[in-house]
Amino acid sequence: MASIAVSTTINGDEVDFICQPDESLLDVLRNRLGLMGAKEGCGTGDCGACSTMVDGRLVCSCLVLGAEVEGTKVETIEGMAEGGDLHPLQQKFIENAALQCGICTPGFLIAAKALLDQNPNPTETEIRFWLAGNLCRCTGYDKIVRAVQDAAAEMRGETA
Amino acid sequence: MSFDAAYHEKKLNSVGTRPLRPDGVDKVTGKARYGADFNVPGQLVARVLRSPHAHARIVNIDTSRAEAAKGVKAVVTAADFPDLTNGNAEMYAILDNCMARNKVMYDGHAVAAVAAIDAKSARDALRLIKVEYEVLPHVVDVDAAMLPDAPVLNDSVFTGGVEPTPTTPSNVCNRAEFGHGDVEAGFAKADVIIERSYKTEQTHQGYIEPHACVATCNKDGTAELWVCTQGHFVFRQNCADLLGLDASKLRVTSSEIGGGFGGKTHVWTEPVALALSRKAGRSVKLVMAREEVFRASGPTSATSIDVKLGATKDGKITAGLATLRYTGGPYPGMWAELGAMTSFACYDLENVKTVGFEVLVNRPKVAAYRAPSAPMAAFAVESAVDELAHKIGMDAVDFRIKNAAQEGSKSSYGPVYGPIGIGPTLDAAKTHAHMSAPLGPNQGRGMACGFWFNFGGQTSSNMNIGMDGTVSISVGTIDVGGSRASMALIAAEELGISYDDIKVVIGDTNTLGYNDMTDGSRGTFSSSMATVSAARNAIEVMRKRAAITWDIPEEDVYWEDGHAKAAGSKYGNLSPLSVAEIAAESGNTGGPIAGHSELIADGAGVSFATHICDVEVDPETGSTSVIRYTVIQDAGKAVHPDYVEGQYQGGAAQGIGWALNEEYIYGEDGRLQNAGFLDYRVPVCSDLPMIDTQILEIPNPNHPYGVRGVGETSIVPPLAAIANAVSNAVGVRMSHVPVSPPRILAALKAEANG
Amino acid sequence: MVEVTLWGGLRPLADNQQSVTIEAKTIREMLRKLAERYPGLSGPIKNDVAVAIDGVIFRDDWSQVIPPDAEVFLMRRLAGG
Repeated sequence: MASIAVSTTINGDEVDFICQPDESLLDVLRNRLGLMGAKEGCGTGDCGACSTMVDGRLVCSCLVLGAEVEGTKVETIEGMAEGGDLHPLQQKFIENAALQCGICTPGFLIAAKALLDQNPNPTETEIRFWLAGNLCRCTGYDKIVRAVQDAAAEMRGETA
Repeated sequence: MSFDAAYHEKKLNSVGTRPLRPDGVDKVTGKARYGADFNVPGQLVARVLRSPHAHARIVNIDTSRAEAAKGVKAVVTAADFPDLTNGNAEMYAILDNCMARNKVMYDGHAVAAVAAIDAKSARDALRLIKVEYEVLPHVVDVDAAMLPDAPVLNDSVFTGGVEPTPTTPSNVCNRAEFGHGDVEAGFAKADVIIERSYKTEQTHQGYIEPHACVATCNKDGTAELWVCTQGHFVFRQNCADLLGLDASKLRVTSSEIGGGFGGKTHVWTEPVALALSRKAGRSVKLVMAREEVFRASGPTSATSIDVKLGATKDGKITAGLATLRYTGGPYPGMWAELGAMTSFACYDLENVKTVGFEVLVNRPKVAAYRAPSAPMAAFAVESAVDELAHKIGMDAVDFRIKNAAQEGSKSSYGPVYGPIGIGPTLDAAKTHAHMSAPLGPNQGRGMACGFWFNFGGQTSSNMNIGMDGTVSISVGTIDVGGSRASMALIAAEELGISYDDIKVVIGDTNTLGYNDMTDGSRGTFSSSMATVSAARNAIEVMRKRAAITWDIPEEDVYWEDGHAKAAGSKYGNLSPLSVAEIAAESGNTGGPIAGHSELIADGAGVSFATHICDVEVDPETGSTSVIRYTVIQDAGKAVHPDYVEGQYQGGAAQGIGWALNEEYIYGEDGRLQNAGFLDYRVPVCSDLPMIDTQILEIPNPNHPYGVRGVGETSIVPPLAAIANAVSNAVGVRMSHVPVSPPRILAALKAEANG
Repeated sequence: MVEVTLWGGLRPLADNQQSVTIEAKTIREMLRKLAERYPGLSGPIKNDVAVAIDGVIFRDDWSQVIPPDAEVFLMRRLAGG
């Protein structure tokens, strides 16, 4: 199969890459661009460990073809901290011990940020259902939900 | 140097606080490197060909077309793994499981592997391998496998533990019995007797990170392995033994681990990757797909258990009897034996007998899963305990309190207990607000207790004091859930310095003494003990250096609050020296300052928990929601309480998944039908409520800070706690886990039909 | 003297005794003398045993001193997750 040349924007930077027509965005990020923050937990869109934003939409990058991101804006976990300053969600995940092994954490952070971008004050139920596409096997989700609630409150300016 | 591991109570500054974990930033920014996040220049990509049959003889494997294919650099089969196991049955089982030798024993069993220049070439090459199978009859169900006419998996297996040894082979590889007293006499004294059979289905540890490794085998006999594992030293030894390598020349580096729960205590693909690398002369990366993880790595046992329990009207259990049958996959294990040992461990019984049968079936080789074998046994026994309490009209907590084991009780597995924590967890449950909260329609409350042994093992720790007084520590137990933070807290406490001045890493196999795996809830217990010992050795060195600096006798220097101090009024004008001050002078007082420790951490002490849960069952759909959940467990001492709570919550969540949804589903053809997270449904965020925790701290006398293992026990009670809650909600006893909607509806229907 | 109780699986290897009395100060001495008296036990002792002393389970530390009148129990070496 002939490779496809793709021009896109990743975390604000213009990026060109080539990929095979059947290559997933996840494989492109990890194997061609060295962005290994998105993880492959299943390869079938069930675990959310590869969560990525494409044009403001939350996707499982294992279900998106690399060729599909031509002309789009892609956001990955590597772009979440600005200039080394952690995003409030990242900070609150650490403070709340919302990770144990941490393999699911990049996906949870991307998904949680997508939620707060459109709903700055979600209820616990809204958080739980929004994050239902991200599997965590270590925490029982308790501290993850609390971290998202804490970060949301801080981003609304309700805490110091 | 001698080391006093005994617990001494003291005022704590660091231990018990909740600082930020040292690997947090790497893990929230995507920088942390897990198994699949590592590459070496020129590496090949490997894929494994797996059996589509549950049971078949391998008549022939023709790899010639695959070997000739473009981009393929090596193909291996069992022929590339000569048997070096020297009669060691356990190692032979691992070898056969890594690559099937004469027969495939389950759907997904590896038969060949390819290393090629890229994934596509490797995948394509698998299709060119021709395997000729002679399909054999199979059996996957534990009870069916025990029937006299069941297909026999291994005709060299004769049931052990029975006299005389049978003369015909069977799938029952061992019988083990535990207990004391006279159960028949005990039942004769009972006013009420409960007798019931239970089943639990096979579940998977379900770690989100699939197994992954990068292997490099060089012609000079040296080799390297990067791998996600719960025990890199054990992986090194296993791989070296199976492949005939020198252990010390095989350097194994552990990646960050994306969950293990027992499933990464076992080599699966690592020897295969090393063999491919040896054959190809190139590095080889091998990552399992999720489907392979389900089909061919570590599930737990499926079980069938009978329990008979008798009590007097006033609530004293007179006898307990359990017969437990556990699948081990196609190879002998000790899973039923563990179940038999743990089943009645929470109770003080005069008459108790448990019998465990290890059963071979055409399912993947069972691996440990968090307190292995205990949750199923607890499900059966705790269900019976609940039912018996109801039947004699006694509160379920009071009934358990009345029969709980205590110091001096003879445990059901043999020894007499020292001080133990089952009573305190039950007392805490009794007074917990959850116990008296009102319930709504279709809701039910359940509770259950759980037990696990916990253990320690061989452990090493190196501590190096930098010239600026900051400290680096290497330990050799994999950090599965925040233990690096706990090590730093312990070291800060011992040295009297700040948590922030300590950096903890996991050493590779060639930079540290041997370490057993992170299993048996031993990570923090063992490595913190070795770290305390290393710190005390470093303090000895620093005392000497202070004496040299002051030019006074060493015995006049003592250590207190993170400083060397001169004893006695004659040194009144010597101000204490801090770690940083001593370190700054180290270049002229004798060189680098370090402390190291290699020890056996033993005496971990048994662990108990009590869980309470409320569920709501939809009578139309049979769907169950967990609406409230409380975990009460003894930690000995919570070094970093956040991560102790995390272990409690995580274990509870896994147990809830097991209780309500998770199960391996096999077709008539013996093939696994749900090898993915869509159909094998682990709990998601919207399935669970907040999980409340209560940490009890009853110090373990065999650890300097009283630490006990906390990782495993929390998965033991949930199966029974949920099943009891559902049974109480629907008014029908649920005896088959998971209590999924179809099983609940079937039970309701059967009840309605009388 | 230490009275060592054997788990069921070991008893056929030790003349079907449920417990054996041995003069030993440490776990190591006890295991060595057990294997001397009942050679059939050497295999399991090498690979498969743990020792409970007064309820505390030891899997590796064979230097552990056995206190007088301690309850000593030979158990299967456990696996964990």
